[in-house]
Amino acid sequence: MKTEQTSIVEDKTIAVPGEVIAQGMGFIPSTGTYRENENIHAARLGVVSVDGKVIKLIPLSGTYLPKLNDRIIGKIIDVLMTGWRIELRGPYSAVMPLKEATSSFVPRNADLTQYFALGDWVVGKIVNVTSQKLIDVSMKAPGLHKLKGGQVIEVNAQKVPRIIGKEGSMISLIREATGCNMIVGQNGLVWLDGEPQAQLHAVEAIRKIEDEAHLPGLTERITAFLQGKSE
Amino acid sequence: MAYEKRFDERGFDELRPIEAKVGVVKNASGSALFKIGKTVAIAAVYGPRELHPKFLQNPQTGILRINYNMMPFSGHGERVRPGGSRRSKEINMVIQNALLPVINLKEYPNAVVDVYVELPQTDAGTRCAAIVAAAMALADAGVMMKDLVSAVAVGKVEDKIVVDLIYEEDSYEHGSDVPIAILPNSGKVSLLQMDGDITPEDLQLMIAKAKIACQKIYDVQKAALKERFKKTQGD
Repeated sequence: MKTEQTSIVEDKTIAVPGEVIAQGMGFIPSTGTYRENENIHAARLGVVSVDGKVIKLIPLSGTYLPKLNDRIIGKIIDVLMTGWRIELRGPYSAVMPLKEATSSFVPRNADLTQYFALGDWVVGKIVNVTSQKLIDVSMKAPGLHKLKGGQVIEVNAQKVPRIIGKEGSMISLIREATGCNMIVGQNGLVWLDGEPQAQLHAVEAIRKIEDEAHLPGLTERITAFLQGKSE
Repeated sequence: MAYEKRFDERGFDELRPIEAKVGVVKNASGSALFKIGKTVAIAAVYGPRELHPKFLQNPQTGILRINYNMMPFSGHGERVRPGGSRRSKEINMVIQNALLPVINLKEYPNAVVDVYVELPQTDAGTRCAAIVAAAMALADAGVMMKDLVSAVAVGKVEDKIVVDLIYEEDSYEHGSDVPIAILPNSGKVSLLQMDGDITPEDLQLMIAKAKIACQKIYDVQKAALKERFKKTQGD
């Protein structure tokens, strides 16, 4: 009787591209991995995540890849005939057409900078991504608006899920501890506003999350860190 | 005349001391240093990012652009003229060809991944060291890669096949220089060049020896990449 050989690396190990992370036909390769015969290999540098039979690789680095429905923070870099161009930080910029920007009536030949001027920061949502990575952004939904005041910082786009936390738990933690308003864009930009000292602590907490995202016990360490800062 | 002892007294299959470190250029998306004997290569990866000039853009996939450069003071005292040359253009191309088989840039049409490799000190095996450093830097940058790439310069001096050439062996009259790049997990060859005269049997042997040597280099690449993310709690 032929027995199938199966083996798998431990959850949360770091894998390099090409490294064999599991052997056996019973495993299912998910994002960041690929199958070659009996073996499942890592398709990039990252942390192995095992969920039953499904093996995923969580990337630790990499540029933001725009996805439908992502909430993003961007800067207006150009005013077009019928819309605006928004910089998302990455190889692709996005376009916000007139009708996605505002529900109010915009007369012909109106000065579009009255609505959004060059250099304005906005929170928007990606509503279309073509195969050639042409991106459409909309601001016509609750929670999407121009950003006033505060500061925008760049973070590692791959760490955004950790910064937000499960159902927003991590970002709520920081908000409550510092009293800052914060919005996290999937494209690796974070807007925050609050007392200067509080903003400083919030940024420090975010940098700490970026550095230690792959280590266990992050929530406890960030809680302790923020408590230490508020004393 | 037979080559009895190597100029630096190594074993014929012995590599020079190797060292690797990932994340050495903070501004870059990914970076790595690779040192083999006295040859030092520093690779920095930027991208995927917008590609200029526009005529180079490929709507079906992102492209890889390599910029290999030996620094003016890198050699043995002779002045290495700064800037590109026919030789560096060729090396850019072979490094690109050595790395392309493992890289997947289909998700980034019209974009570019720029890889810069600078060598502050050289003692033969430079294009191989550049490939080793570039592979680590690309992984560090989060580029989708099926495998890493390892490389070493094998050669023939008089009657002996030697692994990991030094300058004296590389430039030896009637010698042969055969840089080889291997994909560690599949054993496939992605770079194979030859300077000099060897027999087909020699070549087979050289490739076999290169595969063994590249496994050792691969172990060092793996360790350097994993080391990047090791951090003890409380640091």
